[in-house]
Amino acid sequence: MADRGGMVERRGAGLWLTHLGLILGVAFIAFPIWLAFVASTVSQPEIVRPPMPLLPGDQMWENYSKALTSGVNAPVALMLANSMVMAIGISLGKIAISLLSAFAIVYFRFPFRRVFFWLIFLTLMLPVEVRIVPTYEVIANFGMLNSYSGLILPLVASATATFLFRQFFMTVPDELAEAARVDGAGPMRFFFDILLPMSRTNIAALFVILFIYGWNQYLWPLLITTDPSMNTIVMGIKQMFPSGDDIADWPVIMATSILAMIPPVLVVIGMQKLFIRGLVESEK
Amino acid sequence: MEKRVTFKGIWLPLLLVLPQIVITAVFFFYPAGQAIWQSLFIPDPFGLSMQWVGLGNFEYLLGDRYYRASFVTTAIFSILVTVVSMGVALYLAVLADRLIKGSGTYRTLLIWPYAVAPAVAGVLWLFMFNTRVGVVTWYLGQLGYDWNHVLNEGEAMGLVVVASAWGRISYNFLFFLAGLQAIPRSVIEAAAIDGAHFWTRFRTIVWPLLSPTTFFLLVVNIIYAFFETFGVIHTITSGGPQQATTILVYKVYADGFVGQDLGSSAAQSVILLFVVSILTVIQFKYIERRVHY
Repeated sequence: MADRGGMVERRGAGLWLTHLGLILGVAFIAFPIWLAFVASTVSQPEIVRPPMPLLPGDQMWENYSKALTSGVNAPVALMLANSMVMAIGISLGKIAISLLSAFAIVYFRFPFRRVFFWLIFLTLMLPVEVRIVPTYEVIANFGMLNSYSGLILPLVASATATFLFRQFFMTVPDELAEAARVDGAGPMRFFFDILLPMSRTNIAALFVILFIYGWNQYLWPLLITTDPSMNTIVMGIKQMFPSGDDIADWPVIMATSILAMIPPVLVVIGMQKLFIRGLVESEK
Repeated sequence: MEKRVTFKGIWLPLLLVLPQIVITAVFFFYPAGQAIWQSLFIPDPFGLSMQWVGLGNFEYLLGDRYYRASFVTTAIFSILVTVVSMGVALYLAVLADRLIKGSGTYRTLLIWPYAVAPAVAGVLWLFMFNTRVGVVTWYLGQLGYDWNHVLNEGEAMGLVVVASAWGRISYNFLFFLAGLQAIPRSVIEAAAIDGAHFWTRFRTIVWPLLSPTTFFLLVVNIIYAFFETFGVIHTITSGGPQQATTILVYKVYADGFVGQDLGSSAAQSVILLFVVSILTVIQFKYIERRVHY
């Protein structure tokens, strides 16, 4: 970046205007979340008599502990745990099966290799939203409604990760496999001792992206978790709104929204480099 | 592209691809096949038998006023979400690119909303614009504007567009900033020496060089608006008022799960499948072209 100091960058008033523009942008992005945070720290009467305050109140502890321990339909702590299982299950499941199949497709010549490759490739085309009714029927027939496997398995069936690993394995020098073969190491030994350690960064970057993807699922958990104790937090928020004319318990709902954001936001900020890498790689 | 060095064996690789093939077959190909198959039938009212109607469901859908309206709604919605989120992101990226120091800080401050689920974004915006307690609604009321997205179709559309575009700005910003930073400084400085002002430089140099990024984002954002915004629609408007925000994906859900019209829902899935395929082909054609550069 050091060589980028040139004559076209702004100085003086222009520089301040640039900062001002960016700060306004950040404010626009952050405002809805700030408001949700404020709402999660005040009491219900302060919200239902508008306008609500714009600075945090003193009810934070009450609201969050009420949300976590009792919630509206199910304790939010339970929904957080469900989301965690689902997000980690999807990430690890997808990474594991994709690593294995990418390894097979790149490092072996076996019958129907091309057919398998294209079958997996086709799954790139069809998001779960498009095949919800029949997928729901499959899960129902297996008795997997309201279960973790029902939440996880259909979302594991997609090829993005397989592609990523295939691309990466293609760039691994042939000499490594050759050396392993000369040394008499079997393919699985090569896979575990050489290929897997080399893929570490790619695996981590993909994990970040998949974790967020899994955590933020909405439609699928909405369909198959009819039992509140299996709700994930992202879909559970909407379930906290009363039907009919009752007034929603806004402080608890907003506390839940904040709790639903914390894990994926921490992942993005804490692993920014891996996150950006994963985003760019998975879109290639 | 093929590897020169490979391992021997037939059963081991088959075993290695087996988990993915099984999961793909059971949770992808079978349901997708079912969707196509079901789209050719109508179930009787008791759900006991299915009657073959061939392409009847499709004919019915294409003649259905509501379905055609949903197509138009989806088109308007996707275009607005794409234009709004890409416009704001480009503006911010251009600003951040002009800084010598600090663009990294702004990047950190701008990218984290990517992690906020569309459904959560929906709840946040619903809260601000809630007709009873919403802060923005209240201040608009003070200014004499009566906001009511529950009744007003245009306001409902505006709200779901802003809520959907909001979370997407981060993603577009990231790619635009990377695209801008990849443009050689020397080209821009040469133009500046020739007396080209900022706007001229942007129009004649930056924008054309940025076009691969822009085109990529265009396709990706349209796919996002088509499929991943279900959570926003479901939390804010539930497709209303008068189906003004019923996009195609929402209609598959509403007809299939709420209306229990399986034949129609399956036919809609097949039509959507067709739409995604076209978008994906466009995306891949473009990527291929980029690779050959």
